[in-house]
Amino acid sequence: MDGYSALLVVTFLVVGLAVTMLVLNLLLGPKNPSAIKSEPFECGQVQITSPRQRFSVKFYLIAIVFIVFDIEVVFLIPWAVLYRWFLTQPSWAVLAFTEMLVFLGILGLGLAYFWKRRGLEWD
Amino acid sequence: MTAQVVEALVHAAIKFAILVPGFVLALAALMSWIERRQSAMIQDRVGPNRASIGGVRAWGLFHIIADTLKFALKENIVPRGSNPLLFRLAPFMAMAPALIVFAVMPVGPTNRWVVSNLDVGILFIFAIGSLSVYGATIAGWSSNNNFSLLGALRVSAQMISYEVSLALNLVGVFMVFGSINLQTIIEGQGALLGGVLPKWGIVVQPVAFFLFLAASIAETKRTPFDAPEGEPELVSGYFTEYSGLALATWFLTEFAAVIMVAMMATAVFFGGWQIPWLPPTPALVATWWFQIACVMAFFAKTLFFVWVQMQLRWTLLRMRYDQIMTMGWKYILPISLANVLVTGLFLLLTR
Amino acid sequence: MSTETVREYLTEEEEDRIGLHTQEMILNMGPSHPATHGTVKFTLRLEGETIRDLDPDIGYLHRGFEKMCENATYTHAFPYTDRLNYCSPFINNVGYALAVEKLLGIEITERCKYVRTIISELHRISDHLTCLAATSLELGAFTVFLYGVQSREEIYVLTEEICGARLTVSYVRIGGLTDDLPESFADHWKLVKRRLDKNLYDIDKLIGRNRIFIDRMQNTGILDTETAISYGCTGPFLRACGVEYDVRDAAPYLVYDRLDWTMPTGTRGDNWDRFLIRLAEIEQSISMIDQCIEQMPEGPVRIDDWRVVLPPKDEVYNSIEAMMAHFKLIMEGLKVPPGEVYSYTEGANGELGFFIVSDGSGKPSRVHVRPPCYHLVAALPEIMRGKLIQDLVPTFDTINMIGGEIDR
Repeated sequence: MDGYSALLVVTFLVVGLAVTMLVLNLLLGPKNPSAIKSEPFECGQVQITSPRQRFSVKFYLIAIVFIVFDIEVVFLIPWAVLYRWFLTQPSWAVLAFTEMLVFLGILGLGLAYFWKRRGLEWD
Repeated sequence: MTAQVVEALVHAAIKFAILVPGFVLALAALMSWIERRQSAMIQDRVGPNRASIGGVRAWGLFHIIADTLKFALKENIVPRGSNPLLFRLAPFMAMAPALIVFAVMPVGPTNRWVVSNLDVGILFIFAIGSLSVYGATIAGWSSNNNFSLLGALRVSAQMISYEVSLALNLVGVFMVFGSINLQTIIEGQGALLGGVLPKWGIVVQPVAFFLFLAASIAETKRTPFDAPEGEPELVSGYFTEYSGLALATWFLTEFAAVIMVAMMATAVFFGGWQIPWLPPTPALVATWWFQIACVMAFFAKTLFFVWVQMQLRWTLLRMRYDQIMTMGWKYILPISLANVLVTGLFLLLTR
Repeated sequence: MSTETVREYLTEEEEDRIGLHTQEMILNMGPSHPATHGTVKFTLRLEGETIRDLDPDIGYLHRGFEKMCENATYTHAFPYTDRLNYCSPFINNVGYALAVEKLLGIEITERCKYVRTIISELHRISDHLTCLAATSLELGAFTVFLYGVQSREEIYVLTEEICGARLTVSYVRIGGLTDDLPESFADHWKLVKRRLDKNLYDIDKLIGRNRIFIDRMQNTGILDTETAISYGCTGPFLRACGVEYDVRDAAPYLVYDRLDWTMPTGTRGDNWDRFLIRLAEIEQSISMIDQCIEQMPEGPVRIDDWRVVLPPKDEVYNSIEAMMAHFKLIMEGLKVPPGEVYSYTEGANGELGFFIVSDGSGKPSRVHVRPPCYHLVAALPEIMRGKLIQDLVPTFDTINMIGGEIDR
């Protein structure tokens, strides 16, 4: 667990750096707030619609598919790491490959289906 | 807590303090200069060279100091209607993961040259590195600005799309080297193929390398893929409202990501700290001069990839948002899936 | 994600009922926005990234050109015309002068015709270069922008040599020009041409076959021929739709009928066609200038009529007739017979028309400009409806809107 506690220390260092930058800016920068200055930038115009309304997020389907594929990668990695070892076992070698072939094949089919249903189109 | 553990932690802190502020942040600052001077060379112009200290201009190197001072001395404006806490926190939420990932990067042989040699190495980089997207998305949403919001939507869609391909590209490498520990992968690249060619990642996985480079540049959101901050339509994308050091933090994050991409490309595909045709025998590794030479080799390769990315940045144009997504999902993803299968088949047939 | 795909599952009422509806974002793009140079404001109605509607809002550069002209003599209007299309002031000068000369019914000298053709084509090149450079810049090719602007700079230097100014030229006069071309012009032009050729070659090498650039330009910003004609689009925009209309060819003025040139046209009417047409027109303009320099006869550049052009200075100081002519021209302006005229020339972006009404006095009663971009920007909502927000950028750039002439 030594590696991970070292990472904890590292995290503290980075947070320290962030806090330093934040404080440095607060200390050094001038503070002259005004109503016009704090207006959100909209090319010199007044905002017509607020960004806090319900906007259309077109990529939510992509986000869902992302989760599927990301989990797939997580499944792939242990297999990939052990693949060399599988190959050294005569009874496992072909099985290891064909199993992954089936797994990736199903995923490929899923991608093809998503593609076909115009899930990857944008407008 | 025993004294040994405390000592190990102190060592980790010192190593990180040397690696990150000493190399990454310094290089990031230098990159702001390199970027402008290199683009100037490409474009037949002089570039910034006017900042001087006591009449010494030093090819405009002092612009780094001038820029930092200027950023620090600017007012930190928080737009009306924004969420002030998230708005102030967001740049650091993006910066922290971008810097923490350097902790698992082995810059030289032996564990002395890595802050924390984790077994999950690359997975840690993916896991923590992908947290950066939260910073960008939160920044865009909390700004109360329509341009920022559009930029935030684009950045989250783009970063998650390319993350899949990014990890999938490396699966082939994991299969060849049988590990996800970066140090093991680098050590595996020390062998020679047929006694001539170094067994670098690029040699055994050429397709994966180019796909990896494309996907990781997309993750850094630089030019061919910079639709999230595309100036002509979204002004500055998700960091439109930032000023002062908070804005500088965004640039720092971007440059840190560029360096990380360069280091990853070096470690996974270009032999890391390996010096070609000089196999690291235990006797050699024990000598201090060899270790230094290896670290130098690592940094030289990193600098080369930083240069490559700069060159791409100023040569290529900006892709449209849907083209970026199309490229990620319809080209890079299927090809990397096929790459995994072909690699598996090849290893099976040549076992 | 297509809306159709979603609607396969839910109707709009169902979406509303279960609270899935989204609101449109209304976004002000401009006036102070990196893409809306020339100063214009687009009010976009966005659904996600898709433009549902677009409302161009012009007028940020309004200076009252037409009203100012009514309070100035015909000659005094030249500095105003410089500022119409500030990328190609010579063409505006020539267009306005031709309109007044048409009303006056005078014929200018041969040499003047050639010089006017040369300067028009020179600034057509500079206008096209500006457009190409800005388009590339907005798509991220900053290098191409600098190459294009560098070439434009060469043309500005040449312009400076011709008339002493880079942008506010005021070189043309009614009945002629302020002065002849400088003697060094032909030599200097050769130099400029060589550098221009090199820069065009570089630009072509950089982006001419760049996949990203072609993807951004091809099949974006398409306007079909009928709509383009009905909106009154002209110039490279209309020619990209495949219509062979060019004022230089349809109603030749100056010496365009004596020159050997071809009219590049497109087939699809997209941004890529417009880009290529502008590149091809630069080459045509270069060849036209070469031909003009070759064919140009010697002789005066101004007509010999003291009611229209100012008499030479030594005459003014030494003869009473010249003195009186000078006085009347300066104080009252040249007298144009009552009537109205519409004269049109080919500007860099399309048909540049001047409509002038004269009441017989020294000042125009009404001047109206038909700026080419006005009609193109009017067609922009038609082009952009249902397209992505990022396509607006190259489309707006290939239109090459010039604030000075659209707002007048």
